[in-house]
Amino acid sequence: MLLIHCPYCGESRSELEFRWAGEAHIARPENIAEISDEAFAEYFFIRDNTKGIAWERWRHIHGCGRFFNTIRDTVSDKFLLSYKAGLARQPVPGASEPVEGDAA
Amino acid sequence: MRRKATIATRFDLRFVWFHERLFRLKELKADMRKYSVFAVAREAMRSHKGWEPQWVSPEPRSSYDVIIIGGGGHGLGAAYYLAKEHGITNVAVIEKGWLGGGNTGRNTTIIRSNYLYEESMDIYEHSLKLWEGLSQDLNYNVMYSPRGVMMLSHNTHDMQSFKRHINANRLYGIDNEWLTPEEAKKFCPPLDISKTARYPINGAALQKRGGTARHDAVAWGYARAASDRGVHIIQNCEVTGIRRGPGGEVTGVETNRGFIGARKIGVSAAGHSSVVMQMADVRVPLTSNPLQALVSEPLKPIFPCVVMSNTVHAYISQSDKGELVIGAGTDQYHSYSQTGGLQIITHTLDAICELFPIFRRVKMMRQWGGITDNTPDRSAIQSVTPVPNLFVNCGWGTGGFKATPGSANLFAWLIAKGEPHRLAQGLTLDRFRTGRLIDEAAAAAVAH
Repeated sequence: MLLIHCPYCGESRSELEFRWAGEAHIARPENIAEISDEAFAEYFFIRDNTKGIAWERWRHIHGCGRFFNTIRDTVSDKFLLSYKAGLARQPVPGASEPVEGDAA
Repeated sequence: MRRKATIATRFDLRFVWFHERLFRLKELKADMRKYSVFAVAREAMRSHKGWEPQWVSPEPRSSYDVIIIGGGGHGLGAAYYLAKEHGITNVAVIEKGWLGGGNTGRNTTIIRSNYLYEESMDIYEHSLKLWEGLSQDLNYNVMYSPRGVMMLSHNTHDMQSFKRHINANRLYGIDNEWLTPEEAKKFCPPLDISKTARYPINGAALQKRGGTARHDAVAWGYARAASDRGVHIIQNCEVTGIRRGPGGEVTGVETNRGFIGARKIGVSAAGHSSVVMQMADVRVPLTSNPLQALVSEPLKPIFPCVVMSNTVHAYISQSDKGELVIGAGTDQYHSYSQTGGLQIITHTLDAICELFPIFRRVKMMRQWGGITDNTPDRSAIQSVTPVPNLFVNCGWGTGGFKATPGSANLFAWLIAKGEPHRLAQGLTLDRFRTGRLIDEAAAAAVAH
């Protein structure tokens, strides 16, 4: 079971209190009615499904109820960082350079 | 003098090359002995010294007509059907680990075809029909056992949903029937149908042709039969890149054993499909989740069929070795760790103990995890891709084992002809653009 740090409660709690909420930093297109079907599929369905360092959203559903972002290694399942929703994509702690593909 | 020496050296090299070819030919020709009762008797007479390896493991050629990435049941099966039904024998299956070491060897071996939508029924029923003759076709006992798959209904919603499935199935010519709790108990005596049970049962849907098979035997059987038809099976060979030509078409794969050329590539990499597809710059709508299963200590035969409960989320059967085989649900997060949370397993065991009180004191022996590749609509993808000559078979999620023969058979068709078979037309990648989803996610609730 994962131990997850909620940046709002300031505590690490068991996974049972949290709900996974998919990849982080996927912005809903502002002109959603006008974009092409391809662009909609890209936004709505297509995912990186990264093996390695991944940015993702969690929700502290049985705690404060708020969404936040984390950085986790999907091979070891180790969390590297939790940060509040609304912040830009954070760099990987300890990494000297930004990870490749870290554009958005 | 010098010139002569060069010619002599060249001749020597040819001579070596010729012998090597001859040797390889001999090795490959190692005629597959048919397995039969007579073969067993013959070998019994000579201390079982005559059994041969089931498949040859040759050095890779410099190029192939088709390379299949992934040596699980789906990939090996596709290679077999390419050779058998489409006459394409210059094929290699490339596997980074060992055959059937991924989800093929980690699942709970349940076979059924009682899905709701026609696209699903088409492919799973095609598969079930192939299961029925698979041991004979491969001359390999895959131990397909149509012992019946029973899905428990616990409430009104379950009942309505299952009856809808039953009607849809029967209209489509697939067997599925409704049982009262008493009939369910008769079919599966360990079941607790008392009104005071924690999860009372108000009926069940039964597909009698459903059942189980021996998962390892499926990989080995396909490998042996494919190898016999000239397919190269290359293990411990990890694909690290997909090379592309000037027109964007695939030209081969980079591996830890060097470059291997290919005119066509079929990706059948289950939980690692996203990783492999990204080597060709194709992004797919997949999320890889852990899925766990466990087996008990071996018991005498006590459990006659497969029982699934979507509502309390448990499924159970008994293997021929006597172990209770129990499947849990997926973990909620995406992961490549091949492990999952303990709470997922205990949740399943809670449900099993409530449904079958006689198993409360049975000890669990082993537990493991696999990586399942799940699509948004929980239906598979078998499709051409934006990259010419690159084909993908993925998204089988938590239910790929039952689809093995059907999926392999139709994937071979797709690779050979370049367009999907009639029965797999709905499974394209394009459905996520058109919105024509096959929403088994909603239809099947949890278990798949």
